[in-house]
Amino acid sequence: MIDRVFRVGEEFKRLLLGLLVLMGLGFICYLFQFTKGLTITGMSRDVSWGLYIAQFTFLVGVAASAVMVVLPYYLHDFKAFGKITILGEFLAIAAVSMCLLFIVVDLGMPHRLFNVLRYPTPHSILFWDMIVLNGYLLLNILIGWNVLDAERMGVAPPKWVKPLIYVSIPWAVSIHTVTAFLYAGLPGRHYWLTAIMAARFLASAFASGPALLILLAMLIKKKTKFDPGEEAIQALSKIVTYALIISVFFVFLELFTAYYSKIPGHTQHFDYVLFGLHGHAKLVPWTWLSNILAVVALFLLINPKTRKQEKTLKIACLATFFSLWIEKGITLVIAGFIPNPFDTITEYMPTIPEVFITIGVWATGFFILSVLYKIAVTIKEEVAS
Amino acid sequence: MDKGKRDFLKITGACALGLSALPLVKATAKEKGPAYINIPKALQGKRWAMVIDVRKCQEQQKRGECNKCAEACHYIHNVPKIPNEEEIKWIWKDTFEHAFPGTAHEFVPDELKEGPFVLLCNHCSKPPCVRVCPTQATFQRADGIVMMDHHRCIGCRYCMAGCPFGARSFNWRDPRPYIEKLNYQYPTRRRGVVEKCTFCAERLGEGLEPACVEACPAKALIFGDLEDPTSEVRKILKEHLTLRRKYELGTHPNVYYLV
Amino acid sequence: MKIYDAKPILVGLAIFLGITTFPFWYNGGKASPPPEPKLDTPVISKMEKKECVASKDYMRKSHMALLNEWRTEAVRKANRYYVTAGGKLYPVSLQRGCLKCHSNKADFCDQCHNYIGLKPYCWDCHLSPQEKKTTTQVAEGE
Repeated sequence: MIDRVFRVGEEFKRLLLGLLVLMGLGFICYLFQFTKGLTITGMSRDVSWGLYIAQFTFLVGVAASAVMVVLPYYLHDFKAFGKITILGEFLAIAAVSMCLLFIVVDLGMPHRLFNVLRYPTPHSILFWDMIVLNGYLLLNILIGWNVLDAERMGVAPPKWVKPLIYVSIPWAVSIHTVTAFLYAGLPGRHYWLTAIMAARFLASAFASGPALLILLAMLIKKKTKFDPGEEAIQALSKIVTYALIISVFFVFLELFTAYYSKIPGHTQHFDYVLFGLHGHAKLVPWTWLSNILAVVALFLLINPKTRKQEKTLKIACLATFFSLWIEKGITLVIAGFIPNPFDTITEYMPTIPEVFITIGVWATGFFILSVLYKIAVTIKEEVAS
Repeated sequence: MDKGKRDFLKITGACALGLSALPLVKATAKEKGPAYINIPKALQGKRWAMVIDVRKCQEQQKRGECNKCAEACHYIHNVPKIPNEEEIKWIWKDTFEHAFPGTAHEFVPDELKEGPFVLLCNHCSKPPCVRVCPTQATFQRADGIVMMDHHRCIGCRYCMAGCPFGARSFNWRDPRPYIEKLNYQYPTRRRGVVEKCTFCAERLGEGLEPACVEACPAKALIFGDLEDPTSEVRKILKEHLTLRRKYELGTHPNVYYLV
Repeated sequence: MKIYDAKPILVGLAIFLGITTFPFWYNGGKASPPPEPKLDTPVISKMEKKECVASKDYMRKSHMALLNEWRTEAVRKANRYYVTAGGKLYPVSLQRGCLKCHSNKADFCDQCHNYIGLKPYCWDCHLSPQEKKTTTQVAEGE
């Protein structure tokens, strides 16, 4: 099936070339980091995780959201999603690949990565995260590839794929739950020490992931002969709507607990992201941008007229995606370290090489995504004709 | 009694004697080696702890700025002097409100406010850093010391997120150029690993107290085994009210502050 | 007989041969001198019976395995001393044990390591006496 990648038009070639350039720039910056150490990033003794781990956290959600098309199709026989399950699964493959890359670029000793396997440590959540993420990657590769191959041949997928699909549904929930547990079980990091962390993660993931999927489906519809179908997009948009409402609701729950109890450990971090703390306010514009985008998205999504119109739905999906990207891909992780355990403030600002490495990993993910989508779409076109 | 029987009894007796002597033989053989041992004068404990007498430290500070504990520790362990945000420290001084955030109120006596409070790894009995480490590069020894295995650390910094006391430092850059005076009896670290106080595990093995305890001119740092009822630390804890940092988090810190 | 695509194949072959035989060209056909680890340090020359923590043969082949074992014993199992078969006591430490006698890293360790082109990462952290002159400097900024 891979040969489909090579039968491409000029525009697709330019896309891949552009991504390759970004990947190259990222790689050069990574070589710089590899020789100098993580000192080239904006991270510090106090803010010891930054952009890399935040992207990782956000992208686990994008990966998990594939379940939002797989579950209705396979458990509820919702036919409209039949055409796009492959898009969800391939998006998951690309997202998990980015997650793994973000972990690797964040390590101080990347060549010792396999120590995690050499000395298995069940009491570490990071050990379990490694297992569920790699498992999920493998599941989606096996399922996506085999289902697509069967579609190409015009036959039913092999029997052993069905149980894997059923396993992949709770597995998707597990990857984001375990990722939330990375944070939610740490004594002394009160911003993260909340029982609804996993629920928040899942709600925001089921909004941001399907929003991205809608945007990708619209793009494919415009650029290729494959139409994912209006019904599927509309169904997805309802998922985004409810998930975003729940996600915002969960944030309100956090705000109530913090500000009604007025326990400093709980309010400080919210103060820092919402208003600034003791004159430190680097994340405040980001937080409010995220809030405004969420309000815009909710307005456009809840109103059926704007939700049904492609143009406004596109804006709503963009707003949803970027709002939640800011929340999980920037503020949630960084603000957990501010203030630090001594109740003092060290702020964080990523450096230029750090940003380029981050862009490089995103470009790698989109390169993988483009290639996989090209294969999928070409086969869909072939089958249709 | 025929000859066979007598021989049988003789041999049985000899065998029994031999068997009973086996532990003795084994013990003496072990002395000979090759074997890994600890020398008799090595300090051995079940739950190492430290009491920090803040008043004594304050008295000393009045006679002039004193930083001898940190100087001794950082020289002995080749801890680099890196300024600002990439700072690496095993033991340091801080104020009351930084050491005990949330505990200090506006009417705290001025002298207490300034401390100084000597801060270091608490060698918690239930250490979250050990719980989260994905490779057991940080682990707890039988005597309670929370140890670092720098050969195994992958530099994921999960332990730094896990530690509620800010006791851990990461080597963001190559530390060697920042070590003012090298101690050739101890290794340095390399870029990419996390480090912290080890309660001088290497000195305990030689029968020496931790370097900070030895260096303190005011004898304000007292080191001992909490499982030993006759130890000085036990005596102090029994006679005085002491504070522990963030005890409410349930990590069971083993550094006590006498104020 | 005709070789299809002869030109690129021959060029490729030439490049391949060039790369694989590069070490020979690079060294000009000369063999580097075989390593001669020296044992003439002050501590060793004062020893009556010159013996290490294990036999010479074992140390030559497996010193790295022993070092690894020592590391585990000292750091993870808290055993800080080693008794040899002959009953001698050594601290389980590269710097305070091994290098006490073998204080000549350049003439001992480096001899073989350089010969086989090996750069063990021991020295990223562990200090050898020779490094006294070269690293006692405080960098300004970086």
